[in-house]
Amino acid sequence: MSKPNIQLREPSMVMKLSRLGSFHQSKLSFLRSFIREFKSWNYKRDLFDLNKDGYGTAVYSFEKKGRNYSLVCFAQHIKPEERSDRVIATKWDAAFVLYDGTPSKKDINRLRKNVPKQEVGRVTYKELTLSRANKSVRAFNHVVNSLSEGTQPDKELLKKVGYLYRTTAVYGSGKFGLADRFRIKDRKEIYGPFRLEMMLVYLVRQFTFDQVNHIAKCKNSKKATRLEESIARNLGIGNSTGLGMAPFIVNHPTLLHNWIYCREKALKQIRSIEKVNKDDFNIFKNCLNKSKMNIETWLTDSQYQTNKIDSLKLDLTKFFKYLENLNYEENDYLWNLIYLWTEKNLKEECVEYIVSMMMEPYDSIIDPLINNMSSEEEKYFNIPADRKVYDLKKIIEKNYKSIIEIDFKDKKSTSNFWFISKNKEEPRVANRHEERGAELEQPLAIARDVKKLYEKLIKNNQKETVANFLLNNDDLRHVVRRAFIVEKFPYSEIQDNTIGASLVPIDMLRLKLSFFGAVKFDPRSDKWLRINMYQGAPLPHEMKSSNDSWVYNSLN
Amino acid sequence: MQSFSEIDTTSKRASKAAGFAWGVAEEVGKNMRNLEMFGLPGIKNLNLYLKKIKKIPSEKPKKIGKKNKPQSKEFCPIYCGIVFLDNCKNLESLKLIKFFNVSYPLLLLPFLSRASDIIGKKISVKYEKNNFLLNFDKTIFSNNINNNKTISKAKEISIEFLENNNLFSIKEWKELYKLSEETFVEETDTLRAKGAGAGLTDND
Repeated sequence: MSKPNIQLREPSMVMKLSRLGSFHQSKLSFLRSFIREFKSWNYKRDLFDLNKDGYGTAVYSFEKKGRNYSLVCFAQHIKPEERSDRVIATKWDAAFVLYDGTPSKKDINRLRKNVPKQEVGRVTYKELTLSRANKSVRAFNHVVNSLSEGTQPDKELLKKVGYLYRTTAVYGSGKFGLADRFRIKDRKEIYGPFRLEMMLVYLVRQFTFDQVNHIAKCKNSKKATRLEESIARNLGIGNSTGLGMAPFIVNHPTLLHNWIYCREKALKQIRSIEKVNKDDFNIFKNCLNKSKMNIETWLTDSQYQTNKIDSLKLDLTKFFKYLENLNYEENDYLWNLIYLWTEKNLKEECVEYIVSMMMEPYDSIIDPLINNMSSEEEKYFNIPADRKVYDLKKIIEKNYKSIIEIDFKDKKSTSNFWFISKNKEEPRVANRHEERGAELEQPLAIARDVKKLYEKLIKNNQKETVANFLLNNDDLRHVVRRAFIVEKFPYSEIQDNTIGASLVPIDMLRLKLSFFGAVKFDPRSDKWLRINMYQGAPLPHEMKSSNDSWVYNSLN
Repeated sequence: MQSFSEIDTTSKRASKAAGFAWGVAEEVGKNMRNLEMFGLPGIKNLNLYLKKIKKIPSEKPKKIGKKNKPQSKEFCPIYCGIVFLDNCKNLESLKLIKFFNVSYPLLLLPFLSRASDIIGKKISVKYEKNNFLLNFDKTIFSNNINNNKTISKAKEISIEFLENNNLFSIKEWKELYKLSEETFVEETDTLRAKGAGAGLTDND
């Protein structure tokens, strides 16, 4: 067979929201790369000072070669009516902060006064990430009661919930006084994106297990038993995520590019393998089979997601039939053959699922890409204003082809606007034609503004410099900057209208969460969803001997 | 203490609220982060300036020449900075540029500092007995680091592109070079023949 011409997939195809909203966790995901990086670190529970009801302070740490990261946990009593996953909440069952080093008593006292307050508290540059979480009261109480009676909890119930606690926000990078990224960016162990956020969530998960064991023991010291490790391993940490994540991917174009580019580069390299090794093919099939079980336990009340899961199940059945008739030995460029078949015969949800699975056998391809998934965004901030209007016009025609075809005179194309709420400083989306506040719109209507820019550029003197053009067009400066970024980073821009009537904001959330490594997407509306992180992950004392396929171990 | 990320975000939002376009506000956010990082009172000056322009808007230059005077009372340091930054490659040939009557001149500095990085030349800035040396957006040297006095208007700002010259004499360089030679190995005939990579003839 002659060598096929395998190229990176076009941004115009990959960067559509329907495609991005079909992404699944993969070997590139940050949860998994965190465990790969930190498996050689020494884990320790440094402090566990909880009362009989499980309220108090605990500290967990990872240490290697004198460097230490410590999670400080504060658990408190809250009334049932105070418990809310929404961002408007002011109290949580537990609050957490990741400290850079080993906190002194003085630090812990300072943090105790601030961390439970979250957004209205203050932390310092010695702290790296901040979070809070609420119990899944149903699962938590059931586990405590069962353990205190000396029995293990009902696995069916736990399977439905999947975790004991849900985080409702995880903050990093300078929020509320936390360390700015530049202070720590040169540390090799955190080259991968969101690594410290991933560490925080991982250690929180262990805290939840220790807390239920502790309360059960205090409740009935004679009969109580400990949560079996096999059950604990299949519990993750839930997360309720709202619109806050959506602007993030618009506001960090080079970072978004690097994530997608690494995924596309991996796919291209895998499709370009001429002879596929039998063992590698079996790893693929094995992961696919195991992950099918995860899909079966993927429960949601959302019709939108149910349709997606049904389509995935149906397409996977088709795919398994196709695989049965495929002889891997007879075909060169097998992955390419499989990929082309999926694109032709399956929907985006399943295509992207198979793409994730195809990465599983290839540590050698994936590992070098992980460190390229961060970005030095500052480097690309300056506008090369000495370039000509003609250049800018050409960049837009090449990189925003479908965007400049959108008719923004149609009211439906401008239905929504993004704003920051005054009470919580969080992003929100509202109907422009029905709600007030559009005059304070955030600069997230990129498609509309790019079109506006384009319409001005085509009427402008093409030989004029961009600097001259900007003299009279301040209102377009933000998209001029983006256009020059997309020229260098073609996967940096969503190729859809983020203010149109058909916008499904959770597609934007799912894109980001898939890179985190989240599973079990459970939309609770079109604007927020619940997910599960670290389900099936090794427990801290198992990390050193763990392998990377843990994500497929859950619920077996 | 506020993080630089908070400084950037809040400055950006405040500038937008004061009437600047988002793209301009993004520049201000980045600049305030830089000024504060360099140890200069960016937030203090920005706060005062944004309050001031609520009452009296200041002027944007239409183009930059050797001498720039506002048509009304005062130039806006942010617009002056943006136009300077966008045109810095052309302005370099002017060598010395003067602005007259500029509000809160400190707010102009981070734009000039970034221009220094883009054109690869140091820039010297002088106004109201203050001297600054802008080094490729890596550092800003100032003669008044402990001076907390805020300057609300510079009658004259002088901006000079500095040629990339050595700060040492040839004699000093030669002395240092001579010392560095002590790390070299004296070549013998054998070392000369075998130590280098080229073949016997270099004409093939």
